[in-house]
Parts: sequence; structure tokens; C-alpha cells
Amino acid sequence: MRSFLLQAPAVSLLLLWMLVPLCMTLWFSFQRYNLLNPMISGFAGVDNYTYLLTDPALWTAMGNTLLLVGWVLAITVVGGTLLAVLFQQEFFGRGIARLLVIAPFFIMPTVSALIWKNMMMHPVNGVLAWLFNLFGFQAVDWFSSLPLTSIIIIVSWEWLPFALLILLTAIQSLDDDQVEAARMDGAGPIAIFWFITLPHLKRAISVVIMIEMIFLLTIFAEIFVTTSGGPGLASTNLAYLIYIRALLDFDVGGASAGGVIAIVLANIVAIFLIRTVARHLET
Amino acid sequence: MRSISLIPAAGVALLTSLAAHAETITVATVNNNDMIIMQGLTDEFEKAHPDIKLDWVVLEENVLRQRLTTDIATNGGQFDVMTIGTYEVPIWARQGWLTALDDLPKDYDENDLLKPIRDGLSQKGKLYALPFYGESSMMYYRKDLFEKAGIQMTEQPTWKEVRGWADKLNDPDNGVYGICLRGKPGWGENMAFLSTLVNTYGGRWFDEKWHPEIDSPAWKEAVSFYVDMMKHDGPPGATSNGFNENQALFSSGKCGIWVDATSAAGRLYDPSESKVADKLGFAPAPVAETPKGSHWLWSWALAIPQSSQSKDAAKTFITWATSKGYVDLVGEKKGWTSVPPGTRKSTYDNPKYQQAAPFASFVLKAIETADPTDPSAKPVPYTGVQYADIPEFQAIGTQVGQMIAAALAGQQTVDQALSNAQRSADRTMRQAGYYKD
Amino acid sequence: MHSSITKKLAITLLAWAIALVVFFPIFWMILTGFKTEGEAVATPPSLFFEPTLSGYHEVMARADYVKFAINSVVVSLGSTLLALLIAVPAAYSMAFLPTPRTRGTLLWMLSTKMLPPVGVLMPIYLLFRDLGLLDSLSGLIVIYMLMNLPIVVWMLYTFFKDVPKDILEAGRMDGAGTLQEVLYLLVPLTLPGIASTGLLSVILSWNEAFWSLNLTTSSAAPLTAFIASFSSPEGLFWAKLSAASTMAIAPILILGWMTQKQMVRGLTFGAVK
Repeated sequence: MRSFLLQAPAVSLLLLWMLVPLCMTLWFSFQRYNLLNPMISGFAGVDNYTYLLTDPALWTAMGNTLLLVGWVLAITVVGGTLLAVLFQQEFFGRGIARLLVIAPFFIMPTVSALIWKNMMMHPVNGVLAWLFNLFGFQAVDWFSSLPLTSIIIIVSWEWLPFALLILLTAIQSLDDDQVEAARMDGAGPIAIFWFITLPHLKRAISVVIMIEMIFLLTIFAEIFVTTSGGPGLASTNLAYLIYIRALLDFDVGGASAGGVIAIVLANIVAIFLIRTVARHLET
Repeated sequence: MRSISLIPAAGVALLTSLAAHAETITVATVNNNDMIIMQGLTDEFEKAHPDIKLDWVVLEENVLRQRLTTDIATNGGQFDVMTIGTYEVPIWARQGWLTALDDLPKDYDENDLLKPIRDGLSQKGKLYALPFYGESSMMYYRKDLFEKAGIQMTEQPTWKEVRGWADKLNDPDNGVYGICLRGKPGWGENMAFLSTLVNTYGGRWFDEKWHPEIDSPAWKEAVSFYVDMMKHDGPPGATSNGFNENQALFSSGKCGIWVDATSAAGRLYDPSESKVADKLGFAPAPVAETPKGSHWLWSWALAIPQSSQSKDAAKTFITWATSKGYVDLVGEKKGWTSVPPGTRKSTYDNPKYQQAAPFASFVLKAIETADPTDPSAKPVPYTGVQYADIPEFQAIGTQVGQMIAAALAGQQTVDQALSNAQRSADRTMRQAGYYKD
Repeated sequence: MHSSITKKLAITLLAWAIALVVFFPIFWMILTGFKTEGEAVATPPSLFFEPTLSGYHEVMARADYVKFAINSVVVSLGSTLLALLIAVPAAYSMAFLPTPRTRGTLLWMLSTKMLPPVGVLMPIYLLFRDLGLLDSLSGLIVIYMLMNLPIVVWMLYTFFKDVPKDILEAGRMDGAGTLQEVLYLLVPLTLPGIASTGLLSVILSWNEAFWSLNLTTSSAAPLTAFIASFSSPEGLFWAKLSAASTMAIAPILILGWMTQKQMVRGLTFGAVK
């Protein structure tokens, strides 16, 4: 009973937050409702869903969503672990170097995307183009030839510091004696990393994966600012597809159907992925 | 309906009693240069109208458009003055969302407004927004490069000629690309330009029964021409280049030719913003098979939503910001190349403007010859040169723009891109109920 | 001894090289803010130039930075405090009075974050209009609180779970009620964890750019709206945009840097120990 009372505010608020929009979204998703055209109205049945589910764009978008999440997770977890090991060593100016390397996490996603788009990856006057030319390579036209890769790079840049921060914290609690003992037994640095450091980081890595996944599934600003989902559908993820329906089409019915599909997906992800990850957190 | 209308009325009464001294109106506008100048002149307006205070919401175009549409469609009432374009005005006016502007003060001189622009902002003969600036499209070129290559500009260039010139001018090793054109997907970005290209190749967006015609031969010809030329003579990364990016490229001397909005002329001609100010040439937008619809017509205009509770104050403001007096004020304070172009005959008759802006007559002619009611060689059911005035167009235009950008990036062939675009447009039109079969 | 110095030097070089590469985009943006618009787009990029404050002057003249910044501070602090206030009891009960449903509830909370906000914009906008919450700080605070609540509850839960039950038990023996127990025992014990949770929530609220752009007009508009007024206009804008961006991220970057140690200390406490 006490447990119920204490959880009540948080749970009921989130329920409201979930349910009120959810019910409205569900309701809208069965309506013909276009903001710009009040003449179109009335009950639509499952039209909005058939329209969306038969749209080839939906499957492309889902594929892109998974690619984006998967790659960014892989890059940030692997990169973050290696960097954590590196930045845990004693070296000159460690404090300042750490500050520099975690900075991207504090930057607004829109600003990050603008920096990368206009100043780094611009094919004519970007820094990368200049570097490539300097070494005699052809400048890469990032956002048109490698759109999803470019987005993955930007998002990884934003989230790598987060992974590093968490993993660095975890690595600091590693027992020095244990490492020392292993070294005495003749274990090399790679063996130590593989058999001692990595198992120790398991829980922290689960935390990183879980939090990042929550945010990565709804990546939007980076795509909006840089590629607008293109060229074609090459960098459209589910969040962006719903954006197209909701704020370019102003098709509230269609967008709501998209929202419902996203909710269903979110729950599938929650059930499968998070549960496997969450098991590591229960120790 | 009645009970709903009572609430705003009560609100008005409450507000007027509270704000007996100064009424604050919220003005939403785009962050383009001309609007920034307007924002900068707030003090001048408030001095002349001490009973009105201005509260500015300045946003980038895409964000502003979605923000305003959400608000007006839900009757949110957050804004008193909205900056919208010729695309939105007729659609919103038909929905009854905008306040008709019929009894304008005498000295406003409505008849001084350029006719195509005025028509574009009217619905059934009533004006629903006042033009802040207007534009068409035209061709900019580098006189020095043309001379060096021995090219003679013609009175009315054709796209075939342009292709030949671009081939000659293209010199990537020295950082000069033959031609810069929009490639960034969006109905107001690459499709604004491509619509004019398709028009002049004899194509159209929809047939008389609203069936999309994106896989028609005219579209194929126009888009193939565009993709081929951009691949040969265009800058790298063309699919990220919109108006802005191209302006940056052209004004830093990287393009031989650029076909885009007339409103760029003032900035290209300003030596503090442009490296090519003294080498700049102007020509009409090129044509192919027909001159119809070869250059667009657009205007950013100020409108008052029905949901505003300060309509009178808002009207005072929009008549001030689009008046002859405002043009003079900007001319004196900021220089004559900075005055908002393309709205009033009197601006073009002004000798000071003619002297400061040698491109003035080109621009005026381009605007006066653009005809949104007759944009294509074939008859069309819609109004608009570079758009069709239906709500669904934003989405269709943007999706088609995406497909063509994919073709430009080499991910699809032009044929694939256009047939995908046709299918997607057809789905949208069918879903919106324009036809059943 | 010699080899350990060499090793340290090698590590120093490697670590600094990585740090500089990662930080470079931010450095470049800050640098660009001090250029003229022409220099900002120059190729090859100009490293040596005469710094100018003109970008900053223009940004300050056009927008009331202080107003936007105050809104950002109020909204991120307000939403964080509110979230903590609601989350502490919830996390307490989950950690100390677990039921079979606890894990499910927790996962469900986290899954609410996976819905793209744009999917529910219309319902929320209509609700806000009817409640008179459009363009109000309190509306934005509520939205951000809800947005961060799942993460906050979850993080606090991991911190609380690690507090030895005997300590609370001992307190209860001394006659402490639930409120005292939480206020005088639990909160002081887990303060570093609570602080780092709060910091994370502040950072996330500060950087949120969807709701803040769509639900505010002018009086409640935070710094993300300030950025949107300088991004992608017609004409050259990179120097001005860089100046504005630097101003928008400076407070949160400095806060993040100053509290970095605190954040790490807090995190070692629970989830990632």
C-alpha cells in the first residue's frame, strides 16, 4: 500500500502523459483529419494504417532506424571503452584533456548538426574537404554520397563522450590489487583488458546501451538540419517519417497512425532489447 | 460555434481594459535580411505609434512555417501578424483563417502594388495579406568569365545555350564550377527551381483532373537535362545546396552561372557581402520549349490571423511595414539596395533606386511577366508557377524533391526517381480524395 | 624508469591527439564566431585572421540574449527540481518496497521515452491551447519534467538500491517516519547520485529543441529558439550563427565542465559501480 502511494505521483503522471496523448493519437489515427483542409473529415477506418503500412518508405525508415541505432551503439561502446582505458592512465594534462573530450555531450543537437554540416563536412568550404584536398584526395560529398554514414558520425560524436564518462567512472572503481595480481601472474595488457577490465565494465556498458538506445530511437534534429532525410529516403528514420506526415503533410490522421506504430515498436524494443540488457543491471 | 466565439470576445474586452496604455502585438517573421531590417526599425514604428508595442518572433523559414501552420489551424491565437508566402495566402484565406484587408487607408495606395503580386495575395478579389517583398527568378552570370571564354550573352538565353556555356566555364581545378543550381530537397528549394524548368519544357504538375504527371516525357526531359548538367558542370555536394548555399558559392566566386531568386541581386551587388559585385551580369531566366512558367513568382507577405485579438493594431503595423514611407525609410537608413524589392511600382520609378540598383528593370520585368494563373503550355487546374495552391502540395513537392535529389546523388536513375515520385504523389492525391479511380 | 617515461609521453600524445580531434568542431565554431562573414566561408579555411566582435554585436542587437537565457535557466532548473521531487518517492518505494510489478513499471516508464515527440505534437498542442499553457514557462517545465522523469526515476532507483537496508532499518528503530527516513537518511547518503541525476536532467532540458520551438512563442522561448532565429536565413550567416551558438552553449558547457567531477562521483555510486 505504501509502495503504491509513493509511486503514485510518478506513475500517474506518466500514465497521463502516455494515455492522454495516446488516446487522442489513437482517436486521430482512425480519422480523416488534415489540418490544412477541414473539408476532409470523418471516420477513416483503417485507411490511415493501410496507407502507411503499404508505403514502401515505412520499411526503409525502419531499416534506417535500426542501422542508425546499431552503428552508433557499436561505435560509442567500443570507442568509449577504449577511450576510457586510455583516459584512465596517468598522463600530462589529463584533467584538461578529459574536459575537452567530454564537451560534445553538452552541445545542443541542433548546434552540433549545424557545425558539422556547415563547417566540417561541407564539400566546398568545410574543414574535412580542405584536409582531403591537402593530402591529394578528392573531397567527399558527405551528405549526398554517404548520408546515413554522415548522420552516424555526427550522432556518434555527440554520444561518445557520454559513453566515455560512464565507462571512465566505472573503470575507476576497478580494484587495483586485482590488476596487480594478474600482472604478477604474467598477464599482458590485452589479457588484463579482456579478462578483468571488460567483465568489470559489463554493468556500465548495459547502462550506456540502455540510455543511448532510448535517445537514439528518436533521433530527429540531426537529420532535420543536415539531410532532411534524403537524398531520396537514404537517411529517413521513423521519427523523421512521422515528422513528414505530421508537419509537412499536416496529415494528423496519418501522423497519428505513424505515432501508434512507433509506440508499438517502442514497446517491442522495450520488451526484447531492454529486458536482455536490464538483466545485467540486476546484480 | 456561438459559445466558442464568446470566449475570444470576452478575452478582447479583458485585454483592452488591461492594456489601456500600450497594446503589444506579436509579429512572427522569417530571419531573412529584409525582415531583420524591419525588426531593426522597431523604434521608428513605436515612436510613430506610441500606443503599440512590437514583440518579435524571428525563426528560420522551415521552423516558422510549421509553427505558424500548427497555430493557425488549431486556432491557437499566439500571433497577431504572420509572415507567409503566396503559397499559403490563398489556401488559408479559403479556410477563413485570415482577416480580409479591404478598408486600407487611402495613402496606402493599393494600386501601386505590382499586379501579379497583388493577385497572388488575393482570393476572390479581396486582399488577404500585404506584400513585404516579392521576387521572381533570373540568371546571374560572371561577366569576366564570359569575356575570357569569349561567350556572348543573348537577349533571352535558352537552356541549350546555358548548357554549352556551363561546359566552357567549368574549371574545377581553379575552384570555378560552370553552373550552380538548387539541389537541396524541398518544395521551396529544389522543386521551386525544377518546376520552372519543367514548365518551360512543356510539363505540368497535374492534369486537369488532378492526376500527377511526374512521369511524363516533359518531366523526364527536363530532369535528365538538369541531372546531366549538374553532374558535369555543377559543384560537389549539389544535393545540399539550397538558395543560401548557392548564394554563398556564387558570391565567393565559385560559380559561372546561377539561376535563382531575383531577391539575391541586392546582396550580390553589395561589395561588402560579395566578391563578385563588380563582375556581376544579369539575364532573364533561360527558356526551353515555351516561355510559359520559365520564371517563378513569390512574395513574403504580412497577414493577420482571424485568431488575433489585436487586429486593428496589427493592421496599423502591416500597413506601415509595406508602405511607400517604409521603403523610403529603409532607403535612407540602410541604403537603396537594401529596400524590399518587388512590391511597388513607385519603388521602381524612384530614380534613387534605379541608380543604386541597375538590376531593377530586369527584376520588374521578370515579376510582371510571371503568370501564376497560366504557368504551363497545357491547361492546369491549379494556380502557381513553382507550386500548386493545394494543401497537399507541400508534402508532394518535398517528396518529389527527395526523389530527384536521389537521382542527382546517383542513387537512382532519373526514370526510377520519377516513377517513384509519380507513385508517391499519386498515393497522396488519392488519399486526399481528389480522385477515386 | 626510462621506459615508463616514454610510455607516459606516448600516452600523453595519443590522448591529447584524440581529445583535440574530438573537441575540434567546437573549437572551430568558437573561432568562426570571431570572424567576418566573408572569412567564415573562405577556402582554404583561414586560421589566422583579425578577430572581430561584429558577429556578437549583431547577435546582441537583434535578440535579447538575456531573456532567452533566463528562460532556459528557469525551465531546466524548474523541470529538474520538479522531476526530483516526484521521482524520489517513486524510486524509494521501488528500491525498498519492491513488488513483482516493479521491474515492469520501470521498463514501461523508460519505454514512454521511445515515442517520437512529433507523433503527439497535435494532441499536446490542442491540450496546451485549451489549458492556456502555450508560450508559458510552467507548460514547458511540465513537459520537460515528464520527458526526463523516466530517466530520473531509473537513475535514482539504481542509487537507492545500493544503500544498505540496515541503515534505514536502524533509523526506523529510532522512530523515524518515512518522510524523515527519506529526508535525513536516504537523501544525504545518496546526495552525490541525486546531484549527478539532476545535472543530467538539466543538460537534457537545456538542449531540448522540439517542444521548446513548438510550444513557445516569445515570452517563454528558451535558447533553442534563439538559435533558430540565426540558423539558415538568406545570405551569409555562419559567423553570426557561430557567435549565437557559442553564447547558447557556453553556460551549459561551463556548468558541465565545473561539475564534471561531481557527476563522475555521483555515477560511481550506483548504476555503474
